[in-house]
Amino acid sequence: MEQLPKWADLIVVPLVGLILAFSLSMLMVFATGHDPMDALSLMVKGALGSTYGWGYTLYYATNFIFTGLAVAVAFHASLFNIGGEGQAAIGGLGVALVCLFIPWPHWTIALVAATAAAGLFGALWALIPAYLQAKRGSHIVITTIMFNFIAASLLNYVLVNKLRPKGSMDPATAKFPEPAHLPSLGDMLNAVGIPFAKGTPANVTLVVALVACIFVYYLIWRTRLGYQLRAFGKSQPAAVYAGINPVKITIITMMISGALAGLMAINNVMGEAERLILGSVEGAGFIGIAVALMGRSHPLGILFAALLFGALYQGGAELGLWTSIPRELVIVIQALVILFTGALDNMVRSMVAKVLVRPKRAEA
Amino acid sequence: MDYLTILQILDSALRLATPLLFACLAGLFSERAGIFDIGLEGKMLIAAFFSAATAYSTGSVWLGMLAGVAASLVLSGIHGLASITFRGNQLISGVAINFLASGLTVLIGLSWFKLGGQTPALQGDARFQGIDLPFAEALSGVPVFGPLYSEVLSGHTFLVYIALLCVPLTWYVLFRTRFGLRLRAVGENPAAVDTAGISVVGLRYAAVAICGVLCGLAGAYLATGLGASFVKEMTAGRGYIALAALIFAKWRPWYALYATFLFGLLEAISNRYPSLDLGFITLPSQFMQALPYILTVVILAGFVGKATPPRAGGEPYVKER
Repeated sequence: MEQLPKWADLIVVPLVGLILAFSLSMLMVFATGHDPMDALSLMVKGALGSTYGWGYTLYYATNFIFTGLAVAVAFHASLFNIGGEGQAAIGGLGVALVCLFIPWPHWTIALVAATAAAGLFGALWALIPAYLQAKRGSHIVITTIMFNFIAASLLNYVLVNKLRPKGSMDPATAKFPEPAHLPSLGDMLNAVGIPFAKGTPANVTLVVALVACIFVYYLIWRTRLGYQLRAFGKSQPAAVYAGINPVKITIITMMISGALAGLMAINNVMGEAERLILGSVEGAGFIGIAVALMGRSHPLGILFAALLFGALYQGGAELGLWTSIPRELVIVIQALVILFTGALDNMVRSMVAKVLVRPKRAEA
Repeated sequence: MDYLTILQILDSALRLATPLLFACLAGLFSERAGIFDIGLEGKMLIAAFFSAATAYSTGSVWLGMLAGVAASLVLSGIHGLASITFRGNQLISGVAINFLASGLTVLIGLSWFKLGGQTPALQGDARFQGIDLPFAEALSGVPVFGPLYSEVLSGHTFLVYIALLCVPLTWYVLFRTRFGLRLRAVGENPAAVDTAGISVVGLRYAAVAICGVLCGLAGAYLATGLGASFVKEMTAGRGYIALAALIFAKWRPWYALYATFLFGLLEAISNRYPSLDLGFITLPSQFMQALPYILTVVILAGFVGKATPPRAGGEPYVKER
């Protein structure tokens, strides 16, 4: 296969995949009897046309940054962590326990504690699949899928039988106490004089997500551990020959990945719902896969991909609200993005190569 | 718990095990040929939708079944294209297929039927009807065996018996035919198969296609046999349970029957007894729901009988140049 220039590999290939995914989805919209251009403009306007739309777009994007980073870190070590969904759900349990049972004086301290709890719970939920992969050779994809379902059942049990307030029929915890409420982005921006819609779910967790991006960048490209992790991902025998302990790297990588997925819970559980409900992750763990693929496992790419998917989710919700196109259209787009930027990557790559590489040869 | 209750649970276990068995055998063919398939769920879902939709509009359950199989084959084709022709990541392709099915079924369903993603209820010939096995009435009076025959084995729909027949058939095809030998070889050592002058690509596509047909039957059974319409996300993780059963069965056809029946039984028990009182401990329903997954992890961990997957599973085959 032809070698592509690096810029084409990093930018053009995912972009072409994205365009293919969008064109096919819009064809689908057309086939179900709607105007694709109307749908598209409604989505863009709904997601980015007002600070209200941005408030939701950024909220979703925050979720996807965490789950995208989680998948990406594992990808660098050639591990496919498909268990972000379960890790984020268990992270939510950690957040709920910390917020419900410890009286915090101020949200800043509560945020630090909740961050630690979310990360810890997520990491621990990834620990068993990681250990089984490292020590017993059980395929991490299968075990993490199984752990998604086990997490859902466990959460169902805990919420229905243990954490549900007396007299409530809802499988959810009580509302967190006032000092554990995080300030919303609207409140923060309004305080410094920037007008921003109130009552949107985007909150201070966005800052934590950006810090996580920087952390992952340093971890992967600026630390010894990151180097070991990438070497392990490129070639396991070579890494072992270089004295890298495969068991240690697998377990540490998966725990970091699980912790990142778990951190999502501070956004959706502490920041938005302010209580733990059933099914709070809403598939964000899986969207992390699309985001990581789209963003080429680089924090900066993930940031943009997460914003894109955040806008898609908010735009899709608007679509479902105002037209008869269901918000599930977004799931189709997401599936096609995963297909074209992940599974059919080689196809897109060879298409791009045909356009980019051939003319140069003619010159030479 | 009396004898009749046990029989009723077994009867429902057989019904619930059928889609799992189809999907499990589907995965068996695919993975034995070295193609991982976590898209069983998506293929079942899209087959369930198209079989229900076609059965409703034509009034024929058979046309519905064919439509379901065709839809599942299309997704299989995408999986084959991504993982065989373009040598992409098979797991990522499977994830994409699951989402594609989950989104498309709602999108198309809403546009066709305007029922919030469901299809209208199927009646009469648009559903599979129960088949009474010969002498079921006459034998029901016989003690012990009679009720077992007439309650548990008789009265199921066509596809339940097809699923059961698929077990010896799969065993025969895989272990007693030339095609089966080659198919297994391509999952263990594709280079050797290639050296013998047999097309690795052709064999893998054949395996993926068989997988598509079986997933199609699983989906058709869900919507037109077990249920009486398509409901949004009606597979509800069955594709993953089938995958778990496949590992539990160590990629063997007869064990696949036992594993899927066990998982069907677990589901039947948890349907009947939401919380199971064993005398010394009460198992919550959530535990019963999680049990197939927990068992699979235990098996995968290798503490109870090691499960070894086909050696070349998940790796795209690159011909030496």
